[in-house]
Amino acid sequence: MSSPTDFTLAGARDALRAKEVSAVELTEAFIGAVEAARPLNAFVTETPDRARAMAKESDARIAKGEARPLEGLPLAIKDLFCTKGVRTTAGSNILSNFVPPYESTVSQNLWDAGAVMLGKTNMDEFAMGSSNETSAFGPVFNPWRSRTSNAKLVPGGSSGGSAAAVAAQACLAATGTDTGGSIRQPAAVAGIVGLKPTYGRCSRYGIVAFASSLDQAGPMTRNVRDAALLLRAMASVDPKDSTSVDVPVPDYEADLERGVKGLRIGIPKEYRIDGAPPEIDALWAEGVAWMKAQGAEIIDVSLPHTKYALPTYYIVAPAEASSNLARYDGVRFGHRAKGAHDIADLYEKSRAEGFGREVQRRILIGTYVLSSGYYDAYYIRAQKLRSLIADDFTQAYKKCDVLLTPATPGPAFAVGAKTADPVSMYLNDVFTVTVNLAGLPAISVPAGATADGLPLGLQVIGKAFDEATVLRAARAIEVAANFTARPQPWWRAA
Amino acid sequence: MSAGAPKLLKGDTGEWEIVIGMEVHAQVLSNAKLFSGASTAFGAEPNSQVSFVDAAMPGMLPVINRKCVEQAVRTGLGLKAKINLTSIFDRKNYFYPDLPAGYQISQYKNPIVGEGEVTIDLADGESVRVGIERLHLEQDAGKSLHDQHPDHSYVDLNRAGVALMEIVTKPHMRSSEEAAAFLKKLRAIVRYLGTCDGNMDEGSMRADVNVSVCRPGGYQRFRESGDFKHLGTRCEIKNVNSVRFIAQAVEYEARRQIEIVEAGGTIRQETRLFDARAGETRSMRSKEEAHDYRYFPDPDLLPLVLERAWVDEIAATLPELPDEKKARFMALGLSAYDAAVLVAERETADYFEEMLKDGAEAKAAANWLNNEYFGRLNKAGLSLAEGPISPKANSAIVQMIAADVISGKIAKDLCDIVWNEGGDPRAIVESRGLKQVTDTSAIEKAVDAVIAAHPEKVEEVKAKPKLAGWFVGQVMKQTGGKANPQAVNAILKTRLGLPDEG
Amino acid sequence: MSVDKDTVRRIARLARIALDEARVEPMAAELSGIMGWVEQLNEVDVTNVAPMTSVVAQSLKMRDDVVSEGGNAEALMANAPEGEDRFFVVPKVVE
Ligand SMILES: [Mg+2]
Ligand SMILES: [Zn+2]
Repeated sequence: MSSPTDFTLAGARDALRAKEVSAVELTEAFIGAVEAARPLNAFVTETPDRARAMAKESDARIAKGEARPLEGLPLAIKDLFCTKGVRTTAGSNILSNFVPPYESTVSQNLWDAGAVMLGKTNMDEFAMGSSNETSAFGPVFNPWRSRTSNAKLVPGGSSGGSAAAVAAQACLAATGTDTGGSIRQPAAVAGIVGLKPTYGRCSRYGIVAFASSLDQAGPMTRNVRDAALLLRAMASVDPKDSTSVDVPVPDYEADLERGVKGLRIGIPKEYRIDGAPPEIDALWAEGVAWMKAQGAEIIDVSLPHTKYALPTYYIVAPAEASSNLARYDGVRFGHRAKGAHDIADLYEKSRAEGFGREVQRRILIGTYVLSSGYYDAYYIRAQKLRSLIADDFTQAYKKCDVLLTPATPGPAFAVGAKTADPVSMYLNDVFTVTVNLAGLPAISVPAGATADGLPLGLQVIGKAFDEATVLRAARAIEVAANFTARPQPWWRAA
Repeated sequence: MSAGAPKLLKGDTGEWEIVIGMEVHAQVLSNAKLFSGASTAFGAEPNSQVSFVDAAMPGMLPVINRKCVEQAVRTGLGLKAKINLTSIFDRKNYFYPDLPAGYQISQYKNPIVGEGEVTIDLADGESVRVGIERLHLEQDAGKSLHDQHPDHSYVDLNRAGVALMEIVTKPHMRSSEEAAAFLKKLRAIVRYLGTCDGNMDEGSMRADVNVSVCRPGGYQRFRESGDFKHLGTRCEIKNVNSVRFIAQAVEYEARRQIEIVEAGGTIRQETRLFDARAGETRSMRSKEEAHDYRYFPDPDLLPLVLERAWVDEIAATLPELPDEKKARFMALGLSAYDAAVLVAERETADYFEEMLKDGAEAKAAANWLNNEYFGRLNKAGLSLAEGPISPKANSAIVQMIAADVISGKIAKDLCDIVWNEGGDPRAIVESRGLKQVTDTSAIEKAVDAVIAAHPEKVEEVKAKPKLAGWFVGQVMKQTGGKANPQAVNAILKTRLGLPDEG
Repeated sequence: MSVDKDTVRRIARLARIALDEARVEPMAAELSGIMGWVEQLNEVDVTNVAPMTSVVAQSLKMRDDVVSEGGNAEALMANAPEGEDRFFVVPKVVE
């Protein structure tokens, strides 16, 4: 091993336990990697002092034989998770100085498991975006570059900072959140693993809300085993979240290598879309072949309402967001405009100054679809579509155990390439968003690359609360794909 | 029970009827708020009872308080209303400094309680039924203080998130008296149930009153058809926070509307404020911005699904409510009026029943309380709980009157003593010799002494028997008020040779 | 569905976001584009379809009626842009 930053999460855990490396050594190496990765703009806030203190405590625990599941493992936290005493911005100017007096349940679970916090990762503002270009703290750059060009590429979004940090080995793993694809899409285009658990599996308490009925936290890791390890620590039933569900959290690692023999894998025909690069279909076909070769049963299924998922999402998510973001009014926390002459002026100026363009656009869409006269035509219709989309999955799962699809319609694209047309940007989530609408678990796993070397992912979608099978199938893909390429660390020279 | 004869108001162009509906916000009695663990106690330091959830800090989520749900169900049962086993919390979106999230969590389309009714008792002994449209749970807002600083308003979020029950009536009230009686009765019911303390001074109960006027017969047509076109345009008077103000506000508003219509104008549907000092309602000057609350189901909460068994359990623990109690008291021989007075407050009814338990007869106890004891409390400005005489002591006094142990006059003196000095009334009567003298020979002695001392009066009374009262007074004086008045009368009649009918 | 400029002004006002007049027209165009794209939902017959009310199949969890939070005005006010005497302060509100 050339550097401690080459460890996987599970590998580092094992090495720490075997005392091959100390938590402090590991942490120092990652603090250095975080600094070296600054050209990627993956972090909004670095917390090296806190990391060192936590690592010291971890070493003490390891010495006493009291290591917890993630003892001494340095992680990056998406800046949507409130961290007590550490600035939490949600990628927005409106929260640029916000220091929460409380900790999110998911991050608390991680600290309780012994993990070390390296910092808070950059993201699309309020998680609204698929390229990390809407961040108030500037775009994040994908560690990957095309073999044929030096153009800077987006890392996907909204968990783009987390994806870039993991891909650049600036942390062992990171947390993300996924409302329409915000874990899986960046994971796919950054060549890492991203898992969106079942809605209700991880508590939403302390996560800055985008769209409450869709948001779900999940792990972003270098491989499938790490995703299993991290998910187990993140997940919990939480009395502070009315929508978190009391379903036992299994030891996902234990089941991982069982293979897919006999597993029924559904292939939804509606995921074959016009205009997608041929590489996507080819990769998908390859994935099917791998599964078949490992003894899985391949079953053609139909999810007939798939094409309505994105427009449905673009009603439901902005509607919820328009209401969730009403609390950013410049009164109790966050940005307040100067020189307002009355309360309405204070609200309007603070919000105009504090929110970026995409957030404003979505708040306006959400306000519009909920407003009197339009509610039934848009919001209620969308919720009905949502029932139909969820039912598509219910029907499909009568015939199969998991579904296999592409994760994204293409590889990472150039910064600025899709910012002019919102709808073209929204289409990045075409394969991921159905899962959020139905509340199901899904993973993106690196499975191959484009001709010029950009990573591509396959997606495995499971039944509610059956993350174990999702991980098992993803592991089988991982083994078959044997995707070992790493990005060239161009940012270190930058 | 009748639908209530309309009370007609005279205008310049003819007569008018008033139609009134009410929305009452009643604060749920609970330790913690509707969706957070912050305290609901009244009068705390500013912003000292605010959780991060109440302040709508980023990432905070609501979790409902079981007790608040139970209280809403209990109140619904007390209003004889339908309990909806599935109800939904919606967000009502608008911006205001005392509304931290930018939305109020309320119940819009699917409230927890549906239709019910309240029976109100009017002064003339008549009863009127007022339909309840619904009851829903919602969050209270914080408080903005506008008069602390020339250009700032201050915001205190202590109330923000406290559970409220919004109780909406049908437009079934026809006069200011009925409106006031309804609020009184509703207050009594929630206090009996223990679901709201009914403290209007502290804002635990606030009423919004909808008032409209129509020509005689319009209301009847509305009741028959359910069609609101038979009623006039209504105005909503916000936050009328006392029973007395409700009557004033309704009277003023009805007069105002009649004047407008009679002058050829039209009523603008609007929200008005009651100015208690001026005794008038006035338009809220807020910019005439169309409200668009953009209600939608709160995605942080799931539908509230109640189990029938739980509702039944709550029903089984419901106390006897004022109407039932009143009926029971009347069966004990009380007049409708006396019974109504006694059941108006649960504490009063309990006090009365304590007296009965201690042996007092119902009618005598009711008379004593209503005619004697409550008057004393009133004069002293004390509540029943603060009053110095226990139900046991009052019961003893009432029983001694009934058994002719003391006279009514002595009873009052005795009441003075117990009020000022405390003590057991029976022991006091014994030790201070207050017992009524029924011993004929002692009374005869006193009568003879008075006759002997006033021969001139004896002649007068023989000519004018009506003057016998003077002798009674003298005898009572002689016996220190303890002589049994009937016995005194009888002996005087014999001694003075007066006719029997006197 | 085309979203006109007046509608943009109205919803921006409802959402309390100041929108420069220069941004109204482009925003109307953007929203029209998005709402036009969303129109495809009208292709689906949704009669007799119940709208989704909750993503997870469980009943609402409830908390006990216990005071467990609050009493920490300092932490509450720590992020306030303007505060005075433990009050949040806003420009005077005229009712
Ligand atoms: Mg109301
Ligand atoms: Zn209300």
